[in-house]
Amino acid sequence: MGLVQVVLGGTVTASRAGDGESFRTLAREQLPRLYSVARRLIGEDAEDAVQDCLLKAFQRFGQLQDPAAGPAWLMSILVNCCRDRGRANARRPEEIDFEEVEQFSLYRKLAYEDPLPYSDSLHLDFLSEFGPEDVRAVLLRLPSRYRIPLVLVYMDGYLAKEVAGMLDLPLGTVLAQLHRGRKLFEKQLWDYATSLGLLRGAPT
Amino acid sequence: MISCAEATRQLWEYLDGAVDATARDAIDEHLARCRRCCGELEFAHELRRFLASSARNGIPDDVLQRLNHTLEELGLWVAT
Repeated sequence: MGLVQVVLGGTVTASRAGDGESFRTLAREQLPRLYSVARRLIGEDAEDAVQDCLLKAFQRFGQLQDPAAGPAWLMSILVNCCRDRGRANARRPEEIDFEEVEQFSLYRKLAYEDPLPYSDSLHLDFLSEFGPEDVRAVLLRLPSRYRIPLVLVYMDGYLAKEVAGMLDLPLGTVLAQLHRGRKLFEKQLWDYATSLGLLRGAPT
Repeated sequence: MISCAEATRQLWEYLDGAVDATARDAIDEHLARCRRCCGELEFAHELRRFLASSARNGIPDDVLQRLNHTLEELGLWVAT
């Protein structure tokens, strides 16, 4: 299906055989990384997002001037494909009370609620309750506009400035999304723990 | 001195080096005197480490196969 679109679109730029081969070499090398990042960014739709990315990137391969920039260029296309899919799938955005989220401190909440009464390193022990799958589930509860910068910066090591470039957003916007994303993550981590019955006295 | 709320609001930005010099000095001054906010700072560090260490990489064989197949198709089309 995707291939048909490429042909019908008439905008194929990687139309020389040599380009096709170097595109395949680049993409094949990057597939594991693209997929891993897409899993973090949009969960179950990761494979579809990578497919979107391959088709888009193939169409635009002629625009890539510097072969050394290939991996970053592909990642940027992937991130936008994930964002587009996230938008298309988004249900009506949940009302988030940012006033409340802004005031929330997981550190203080833990100290106050003391959910692991026998722990002498409460905060660390709380975090050690979560495996990578839990973290992924918590992240997927965040609206994508907050999740995407959070994942790219704090899990994949990109600079906020680089994320701004990928998403074509002002740096200030990305920094604000990061700030809110972190706060939301703390809040959702707590809510997730509560719903799992991690809290003392909570129903299991 | 800035309040605890003001200091903790900017802790991650502080750790990212994304605050200006004036704000950084104000937070440093606050942290030097406020034990509770030192705890917050330490926890912010831990949370960042926690997020980074939760990143799992890898691609299942069947997914890799399907995506490689897409690539082959693109390549074939170009070659003809």
